[in-house]
Amino acid sequence: MPLRPLPPNPDRFSMPVLETHDLTVRFGGHVAVDGVTASFEAGTLTAIVGPNGAGKTTYFNLISGQIRASAGRVVLNGRDLSGAGTAARARAGLGRAFQLTNLFPNLSVRENVRLAVQAHAGGGGSMLSLASGHRDWIAKADRILAEVHLEAAAGQPAAALSHGDKRKLEVAIMMALEPMVYMFDEPTAGMSVDEVPVVLDLIRRLKERRDKTILLVEHKMDVVRSLADRIVVLHQGRLVADGEPGAVIASPIVQEAYLGVAAPAAAATPAAPAGREGAR
Amino acid sequence: MISLLSGDRPRSAVLSVILLAILVVLAAAPFAFPGAQALNTAAKICVFVILVASYDLLIGYAGIVSFAHTMFYGIGGYGVGLALYGWGATWVSVFGGLALALGLGIVLALAIGLFSLRVRAIFFAMITLAVASAFAILASQLSGFTGGEDGRSFRVPPELRPAFKLFEEPVLGLDITGKVLTYYILFATALALFLLALRVVNSPFGSVLKAIRENDFRTEALGYRTVVFRTKVNCLAAAMAVVAGGLNALWLRYTGPDTTLSFAIMLDILLMVVIGGMGTLYGAVIGATLFIVAQNYLQKLMAVGAAATEGIPLVPHLIHPDRWLLWLGILFVASVYFFPTGIVGRFRKAGPH
Repeated sequence: MPLRPLPPNPDRFSMPVLETHDLTVRFGGHVAVDGVTASFEAGTLTAIVGPNGAGKTTYFNLISGQIRASAGRVVLNGRDLSGAGTAARARAGLGRAFQLTNLFPNLSVRENVRLAVQAHAGGGGSMLSLASGHRDWIAKADRILAEVHLEAAAGQPAAALSHGDKRKLEVAIMMALEPMVYMFDEPTAGMSVDEVPVVLDLIRRLKERRDKTILLVEHKMDVVRSLADRIVVLHQGRLVADGEPGAVIASPIVQEAYLGVAAPAAAATPAAPAGREGAR
Repeated sequence: MISLLSGDRPRSAVLSVILLAILVVLAAAPFAFPGAQALNTAAKICVFVILVASYDLLIGYAGIVSFAHTMFYGIGGYGVGLALYGWGATWVSVFGGLALALGLGIVLALAIGLFSLRVRAIFFAMITLAVASAFAILASQLSGFTGGEDGRSFRVPPELRPAFKLFEEPVLGLDITGKVLTYYILFATALALFLLALRVVNSPFGSVLKAIRENDFRTEALGYRTVVFRTKVNCLAAAMAVVAGGLNALWLRYTGPDTTLSFAIMLDILLMVVIGGMGTLYGAVIGATLFIVAQNYLQKLMAVGAAATEGIPLVPHLIHPDRWLLWLGILFVASVYFFPTGIVGRFRKAGPH
């Protein structure tokens, strides 16, 4: 049983957009994600935190379909997507920006985004119209590029971008898909200090729209504090804490399991991971 | 003009001149070159432009390595050939045979695609190789139907026979015979299918193909079902190869394993794509032209060279016409070595974008 010192935020009555029920994946004998049950409502930003190897990215992969779950369900707007492939989940509204940058390296920056706009418009099947004739798609791609401050690089191949710009392009591609659920996997990792605010502003603006569900894996606690409505803590594949940022960060379990501070409560924790942490 | 090219210009002045020259020469071939060999070469170029362009759709745009392209070429050849052989030399046979071949080709491409385009590229290549080999064996074993290794010679509809004359009087000094008519059918079809392929690669569909080639994982994550796109382009390329095979049969008035199904042709197609430049389509035109002209005229050129250098020691032996395959080989190795992105890629890099 995952430990839950904090109840889920009680003052939300809205229907959850995304739910995972007992989501589990095993690789051989290793359980990377272990029975994670959580639900996410529209207009909220949930930060998913946890030490390296806690299963955060794997949890994302299970939701967006890159990895098939061994057990458990993924439900989007009441629709069970557990059997659906990656492409079907993307079309259903699950947007994903990858941690390890995942672009079309030899295509132009604009084309990278335009392909996502085209996917959202459902226009990939047309063989006899000209891609360059769909000016609305190109205009929309350019608008999104301007939002992430990449308009000047639109004509360059994606491979020529700096690391930080590649991360921004990754985010731009997800924006172009206009998903219901935005999954950011460490969007600011490896970015220079002056680039970080661009991405954070973007996430903040998305959040202000109140109709999108945002999931954010992030290591920087100051970012998490300033953006998150809620924090979910994963540790060794299990959900160990879930609640308001202030309370979660202050909770002994997080202090001990995530921040590595040996708390006095450690002895009282029955979970094996805590015991190992305490031994350090 | 630009809209015919789907906005995809050659993007290099030299390239434009070369392509225009090829177009003009092919268009005027029956008038410019009276000999049978010249016209045969021009016809073969037209057929191979279709074949190589369709193969480029697979390998150059979608990143699919298939060894079954000659099988589809053969299906077209046998479809038209056997229909003309069995049902008589009528247009009904031509179109009926082509339609049957197109049906069989597309169904086969669909089956191969759906069963094997999910797996890794190398497995797909192996599966196409196996299916193509099986088909080649089948064609030579079913000798009662296909004529076996000997193939089938047949008569074409009267309007396409050499004895037929479209006009009483010669036009610009040339009798418009059935053979000339056949050539223009080949030329017009090649031009139309090339422009169609150019349109497809510049369509939204084509942009997804390029995305798949670049990063299929990411393409899937955008919501495109890559296996559907791959299967569609596999069927399209197969259909074009079927048409190329049908035209070739119409031109040769013969169909057999050596002219369509042999693995040597598959290698030729691969070389033409690589020499011309993968993923450019214009490379298909240049690769096919260069390769076929070299195949047909290198020997003659070397005979001239050997005769001219008769007094010099060693040189005449080196360029003796019997060694033409060696020189062809050296030419190809050199072209791949010096132009790894193909001739089109080379000129594009040199020229302004």
